[in-house]
Amino acid sequence: MAIELVVNGAARSVDTADTTPLLDVLRNQLDLKGARYGCGLEQCGSCMVLVDGTPVYACSREVGTVPGKHITTIEGIGSVAHPHPLQLAFLDEQAGQCGYCLSGIIIEAKALLDRNPDPSRAEIAMALDNHLCRCGAHPRILRAVARAAAMIRKGAAQ
Amino acid sequence: MSDTLPLSIQNNRRMEKWVRFDPDRTVRLAVGKVELGQGNVTALAQIAAEELDIDLSRIAVLSGDTQDAPDEGQTTSSQSIEVSGRSVRLVTAELRARVVGRLAQRLNCAPGEITVEDGAFHHGDAPTGHDYWNFAQADDFATDIAGTATPKPHTAYRVVGKPVQRRDLPAKVTGPGFIHDMVRPDMLHARILRQPNRGAVLASFDEAPVRRAAGGDFRVVRVGNFVALIGNDETVVQRAAAAAPAHATWHNARQLTPDQQEAAWLVGKPTDERVHGDTPMTDPPKTVIEATYSRPYVAHAAMGPSCALAEYRGGVLSVWSHTQGPYPLRAALANVLGLPADRIIVRHAHGAGCYGHNGADDVAVDAAVIALQVPDHCIRVLWRREEEFGYEPLGTAMQVTARAALDDAGKPVEWTTEIWSGTHVQRPSTGGNMLTHEALPTPPPNPKPTDPPEGAGGGGTRNGRPLYDFPVRRILHHLVLAPPVRTSALRGLGALPNVFAIECFMDELAERAGIDPVAYRLSMLSDPRARRIIEDVADRSDWAHRGPAGTGRGLGMGWAQYKNKAAYAAVAVELEVEQEVRLKRVWCAADAGLVINPDGGKNQLEGGIIQAASMTLKEQVTMEGQGVTSVDWSTYPILKFSEVPEIETVLVDAPDQPTLGMGECTFGPTAAAIGNAVAHALGVRIRDMPFTRERIARVLLG
Repeated sequence: MAIELVVNGAARSVDTADTTPLLDVLRNQLDLKGARYGCGLEQCGSCMVLVDGTPVYACSREVGTVPGKHITTIEGIGSVAHPHPLQLAFLDEQAGQCGYCLSGIIIEAKALLDRNPDPSRAEIAMALDNHLCRCGAHPRILRAVARAAAMIRKGAAQ
Repeated sequence: MSDTLPLSIQNNRRMEKWVRFDPDRTVRLAVGKVELGQGNVTALAQIAAEELDIDLSRIAVLSGDTQDAPDEGQTTSSQSIEVSGRSVRLVTAELRARVVGRLAQRLNCAPGEITVEDGAFHHGDAPTGHDYWNFAQADDFATDIAGTATPKPHTAYRVVGKPVQRRDLPAKVTGPGFIHDMVRPDMLHARILRQPNRGAVLASFDEAPVRRAAGGDFRVVRVGNFVALIGNDETVVQRAAAAAPAHATWHNARQLTPDQQEAAWLVGKPTDERVHGDTPMTDPPKTVIEATYSRPYVAHAAMGPSCALAEYRGGVLSVWSHTQGPYPLRAALANVLGLPADRIIVRHAHGAGCYGHNGADDVAVDAAVIALQVPDHCIRVLWRREEEFGYEPLGTAMQVTARAALDDAGKPVEWTTEIWSGTHVQRPSTGGNMLTHEALPTPPPNPKPTDPPEGAGGGGTRNGRPLYDFPVRRILHHLVLAPPVRTSALRGLGALPNVFAIECFMDELAERAGIDPVAYRLSMLSDPRARRIIEDVADRSDWAHRGPAGTGRGLGMGWAQYKNKAAYAAVAVELEVEQEVRLKRVWCAADAGLVINPDGGKNQLEGGIIQAASMTLKEQVTMEGQGVTSVDWSTYPILKFSEVPEIETVLVDAPDQPTLGMGECTFGPTAAAIGNAVAHALGVRIRDMPFTRERIARVLLG
């Protein structure tokens, strides 16, 4: 069946069963590879996307539940040529090793900064607590989110 | 001369294997080491840019490609910068000397009069009009590398030693960047119905309910007891694979019991016995103290499940893999498939961090076996999460007893480390079997258990010999022949359990002697590089005001020189224990000789601290029935963001010392520091990992 989606601000129509995981639709039909398969169990956060601004595990969310809602993937946050402050801050801090977890974490951080522009280290850690990083880049990731928050606040003040 | 060349050059003598100048004023550096998320490829590019005096942005790196890159074996054991880095330095220094030497002849001047600015040659202050791109000749690349060129002195470095951003990260924080994201023409998705163990025979597979669960078309490819489900639609194939195990029955499936998941199970099992070190004393002191420590089986637990692509077209098999060793994988594929190696191409593509030998090679064989059955398609295999946890080769459990005969001052004069361990190496290149091979109609013989030689740092014995000035130091190594599960290389091999045991026992001996643990260590440690890092973390952690034991707040430290010959690291940990351990702060000092990329190095040190802390506090693979039962992140929890401490890392400046890899050196010291800090906090010692809430409660209740 045809399902109408709004992905990264653009209307997209996909032909699939409404029970297909949103992650599979994004990756295999819309060629948006930034949301990643990690566990399929809502345990690691690698697949996180925003649905109407709220972080959602795309691995288990059926696409039939999101027509008409605004879906944002890491590709909608920014690009190599036009990075979002979060992406810039992650590169500035070299906040990652293998990088597999990072797109999901940046998505979660975007939602955090949208509701709390000046989070403490503890608040950032709590917001990211449903995301796993196996390489141990956590201290850098926490610094990167704080750095991005400062960049955004400074940008907003200008 | 040639026998002193790094192995990487000995095995790849032609200059053209390594470097090429491309017409767009870039340099193509080809290396055999691969990017595993540690930044080593970026560091190798820094070294080439330095020796050639070409802007770093012009250096493009091809890594891990059996068609176009040199064979540098496996990317393991913190050797990328030590060995490959040394090779790239010699290679690029020689290429520069060849080209500049010829230009000097042409200009009738000394080579030293020619300087290089971003690849362009100047004589005095004047441009010569020549550069690498218009002056290098075919001869410069067709000649064998002599290895006799003199690299720059470190005092002249402009790029090496500077923090440089990783080249692969921008893609990974904005979109695709992994093998999982590759799309090839005629691609089919595949999942495996896994043989539970070697020798298990598929007795029945009821496809009808699996097809209903899948909700779409897929086909079954079966070769012996290897069963793959493949189709166009990944969602369908994934659902089929999730349903399949419940509708398959196996004869000769193993039956594991929970006692087998403990290190203690290894003790007394059949072994290969090895003894290393000094001759025992004929008349040692009568006071002998010992304590026994353990670590259970642990998982690499990559964030992204293992993935591979393979296609068989026109008699050539092409494989994309996140393997640590493209050439060794090619040899393994040739062995399993009976294809000549020159008809197999293996290309490295980035995967999630592996930290050793995980399912990367196995999944590549899965894809290749299917590709030969289904030619002219690209077969993409992705392991399921429970498959990753259930079938990756594990880090072996180890039980380590430290035993010391003490003099009147309470200091060891004869030290024995007695180790019970499974093997730490079952890579395809070190005698291990590929998972899929064991399911094929003609499985290979059972692998003969082995371990890396002592000269390579050992496996179960890695860091088992303490570096203190004890007169007699020995290792008794019981290499257990048949652990219940497949085990292979995991970050640091035996270093974590051995350093944990040695450094915790040193604290126990210090306490017995009534001496401060740091002072006790320093009184028996003459290596100045070791003393410096220990004194550094003691100073920064305010060790002098550590306070009494048993208050619930603990400060502990541990140190090691990785493999007893590589990078030095000392770690101090401050923590609190109530019902569970809460890490507060960590101080680390490391001496890794000449550092290529200090920021990348610190990232490795800190990552090692956090992963080791996770293993020490939380991780244990559990087993029951047909196999591993810790098959997801709830049954195999790892450290979370809210549990990560603040870490302060210092890299000791030692640019006149050889470069040493940093990926593994903090692993053992961190486990030891936590062990000692927990003992300090509780006033009672816990000697078995992981330090879970349940274990702490048991110890406190006596």
